[in-house]
Amino acid sequence: MKEMSLKNMPEGSAGLVKRITTQGMVRRRLMDLGLVPGSRVEVVRRSPLGDPVAYKIRGAIIALREEETDRVIVKPFI
Amino acid sequence: MNTESLWKDLLKEVDITLPVKQDKIRDNIVKSVYQTAEKIAAETVTLTTEKGIDRERKIDDVLTSRLWGFPIMFGLLLIVFWITIAGANYPSAFLAEKLFWIESRLTEIFIELNAPTWVHGFLVQGVYRVMSWVISVMLPPMAIFFPLFTLLEDAGYLPRVAFNLDRFFKKAGAHGKQALTMSMGFGCNAAGVIACRIIESPRERLIAVLTNVFVPCNGRFPTLIGLSAVFIGGSAALFVKSALATVAVACLVVFGVAVTLIVSRFLSSTLAKGVPSSFTLELPPFRKPQIGQVIVRSMLDRTLFVLTRAVIVAAPAGGIIWIMANISVGGTSALSFCAAWLDPFARHLGLDGFILMAFILGLPANEIVFPILIMGYLQGTALMELESLEALRHLLVDQHGWTWLTALCTMLFSLCHWPCGTTLLTIRREQHSWFWMFMAAVIPTAAGVVLCAIVTYFVRSLGLV
Amino acid sequence: MKHKEISLIAENDTIIALAGNPNTGKSTLFNMLTGLRQHTGNWPGKTVFQAKGSFIYKGKKYVLVDLPGTYSLLASSVEEKIARDFICFGRPDATVVVLDATCLERNLNLALQVMEISERIIVCINLIDEARRKHLDVDTGKLSETLGMPVVATAARNGEGLAELLKVISEVVAGNCRPKPKTVRYSPEIEKAVAKLKPKIKNLLGDQVNPRWIALRLLEGDTSIEPYIKKIMKNKVRKAKLREVLA
Ligand SMILES: Nc1nc2c(ncn2[C@@H]2O[C@H](COP(=O)(O)OP(=O)(O)OP(=O)(O)O)[C@@H](O)[C@H]2O)c(=O)[nH]1
Ligand SMILES: [Mg+2]
Repeated sequence: MKEMSLKNMPEGSAGLVKRITTQGMVRRRLMDLGLVPGSRVEVVRRSPLGDPVAYKIRGAIIALREEETDRVIVKPFI
Repeated sequence: MNTESLWKDLLKEVDITLPVKQDKIRDNIVKSVYQTAEKIAAETVTLTTEKGIDRERKIDDVLTSRLWGFPIMFGLLLIVFWITIAGANYPSAFLAEKLFWIESRLTEIFIELNAPTWVHGFLVQGVYRVMSWVISVMLPPMAIFFPLFTLLEDAGYLPRVAFNLDRFFKKAGAHGKQALTMSMGFGCNAAGVIACRIIESPRERLIAVLTNVFVPCNGRFPTLIGLSAVFIGGSAALFVKSALATVAVACLVVFGVAVTLIVSRFLSSTLAKGVPSSFTLELPPFRKPQIGQVIVRSMLDRTLFVLTRAVIVAAPAGGIIWIMANISVGGTSALSFCAAWLDPFARHLGLDGFILMAFILGLPANEIVFPILIMGYLQGTALMELESLEALRHLLVDQHGWTWLTALCTMLFSLCHWPCGTTLLTIRREQHSWFWMFMAAVIPTAAGVVLCAIVTYFVRSLGLV
Repeated sequence: MKHKEISLIAENDTIIALAGNPNTGKSTLFNMLTGLRQHTGNWPGKTVFQAKGSFIYKGKKYVLVDLPGTYSLLASSVEEKIARDFICFGRPDATVVVLDATCLERNLNLALQVMEISERIIVCINLIDEARRKHLDVDTGKLSETLGMPVVATAARNGEGLAELLKVISEVVAGNCRPKPKTVRYSPEIEKAVAKLKPKIKNLLGDQVNPRWIALRLLEGDTSIEPYIKKIMKNKVRKAKLREVLA
C-alpha cells in the first residue's frame, strides 16, 4: 500500500514509520517517544471528540494531536 | 584564552570533523539507540501467553469512547462528590460538637482563673474558635475526598481525562496536560501551579499557571459544599439534600472548567499569544491501587495538611480578626467599619461588605474566609454554637439577609478571585516574574467581579429575588 | 526547606540518583528506601522537581535523589533538564535507572543513553509484578550480560527485590562491582568522528565528564550543555593560571 500520513490511518490499522517531515523540537519529541523510521505504530483509538488519537508505539500508548501525526509518514501494512 | 573562544573553537572543530547536517546526525543517533533497545528487549523478554491483554484495552475503549467518555467523567465526579458530601455530614457535626464542648470548658477555666476578658476573648473567641471552625468544616470533606481522588489517580484515570478533554484545550490554544495540572489544583492551587512544569511549552504553561485558580482547592471546596448544603434542597430529607448539593457542587466545578477554557482562550489571543505547541501524552496502563493503604495514607495526609493549616494560618487569623472586631473606630468596630466601607461595591456583586472583606482578609489562606465571615457576623453577639447547618442558615438568612443570590455569588466569587498568598508566591517563583504574579491575581478577580455583577444585575432586574 | 536540602548533602556523602522514564515507580522506590513520602501517582509527570532523602545501609549513609521521569536526556522540558543536568553534571556516585518491566524496549532507550554518560549504573527492572500479571518473562541474567551492568528485578510497591537492590548499590559504590556498559555503536562515520574528537575534549575538559558523550552531543548540535562545558573550561583555565602563579 502507498505511504500516507499517520493522521489519515484508520482506527485499528498499523504500519511502519517511514519518515518525519517536521524539524526542530517537535521532531525531537516524536523521536524520543519512539517514532523513528522503522518503528511499528498502531492506531489504538480516537478520543471522544476525534482528536487526539492514541497510538501504540514501542509498547506504550501515546496520545498525539493531528498537527503532529500529519507530519509522520507511515507505510501501512497490507 | 577565555572560555568563549575555547568553546567557539571546539564547535568549529566539531564542524570540521563531521561536515554533515546536525539533524541528520541526531536522527541517526536516536535511531541507533532505539534499534539497540529493540534488539535487547527482543532477546530478553518473552510473552508466555497472549491472554488478558485485551482486557485493559476494553476498559479504555469504554472510558474514552465517544458515547461514554464524557458521561463517565461527569458520573465519577458526581460519585466522588456525593460520597464526600453525604459522608462529611456526621463527622463534621461530631467534630463541631466536641470542639465547642472544649470551648465552653476553656471558658470555664478562664473564668476560674479570673483571667481578664480580653485574654479570654482573644484566645478563645478568636484563636480557638476560628481554628475549630476550620477543623470541623474542612477536615471531614477533605479526609473523604482525597482518598477517593487518589484511588482514581493511582488507577490511572487522570491521563484519560486529559485525553478526553484535550480537544477543548486545543481549541482554547492551551495544552491537554492542563487537565492534569487542574486535577492537582483540587488539592492545592500552589501544587497545581508547580505541576504545570509538565507542560513543555512556556506559553501554554503560563496559561495553565494563570488559570489554575479556577479549580476550587482544598481551602475553598468545603465552603462550596457548605453553602450548597445550606441553600439547596431546603427542608428535603438529608439524602435528597446531599444529592442536590452534590449536583450543585459538580456543576460549579464544571463551570470552573468552562471558565478556565474561556479565560485560556482569551489569554492565548492576548497576553500569551502564539501557536499551539505539540501535545504528547502517555496513557499508562491501569494498575490496581493498593486500596487499603491508599485510603489510610491519604486520609492521614489530608488530616495532617488541614491541621497544619489550621494551626499556622487559621489560629493567628482568628486572633487578628478578634482584635479587629474589638477595637473601635468612630463608635463601631474596625471590622464593621471596613465592611461598611466595602458594602456599596459588594452589593453590586450580590455580596455584602462582610463577605467581600472576608475574601480580602482570607488572602493568606482560603480556609479562613468562611470563619472570618462568621466572626464578622457574630461579633458582639453572645456565644453561639454553630454546629448545625440550621444554625448557620439562621445566621445567614434570618439575621443577615442572605438570599440564594447571595449564596450563588459567594460561591462564584470563591471560584473566581485572586489565589491565596502561597499560590501567588509560588507563581512568582515558577514564572520568575512579579508581573505574572500580579496578573494571576488580577485576571480571576476581574472574571469574578464581572461574572457576579452580571448575574446580580440580571437576577435583580428580572425580579427573581 | 532550602537549608535542609543543602545540609542534607555533605561533601563526602554517597549520592545515588534515581533516573528513568516517567511513571516507572521511581518515587515509590524512593519512598520505600528512605521512608519519606514523595507523592506518587499513575500518570507520567507526577514528580517535577528533584527530591532528596537518605538511608543507611550496613552503617553507611546514602543520599538518594528522586529525579523527574524523562523519555530521553535531551533536556527539552524543565523536568528533563533537571534530570539530565543531575545525571551528567551532578556527578552522583551511582545512578539507578528504573525501568518498567512491562515496557522494556521503550525504557531501555533511556537506559542506554544514561549508560553513555556514566559507568556506575544499576539497572532496576521495576513493576516486575505487573509484568508477571501480563505473563511477560524478563531474563535478567541475560539482560545483565548484554548490557554489561548489574540488573535487579523489583516490585517497589511490595518491597520485592529491594534487599538485592541495596546490596548491588553498595557493591557498585564500593567498587566491588564494576559495571562495564556495552554502549550503543553508531554508524561508522559517527564513530570515526567521535574517536577523533574524544582526545581533544579530554584535553580541554579533563576527567570531569565523559568525552564520548560530550562528543556525541556536540555532533548532534545539542547546545543545552554549553553553560556546563564553559563552567568546566573556566575552572580549568583558573587552575592553570593558579599553577602558573605558584610556579
Ligand atoms: N504494581 C506495582 N505498581 C507500582 C510499583 N511501583 C510503583 N507502582 C505504581 O506505579 C505508579 C507510578 O509510581 P511513581 O513512583 O509515582 O512513578 P515515578 O517513576 O516516580 O513517576 P514520575 O514521577 O511521573 O516520573 C504509582 O501508582 C505506584 O503506586 C510496583 O512495583 N508494582
Ligand atoms: Mg516520581
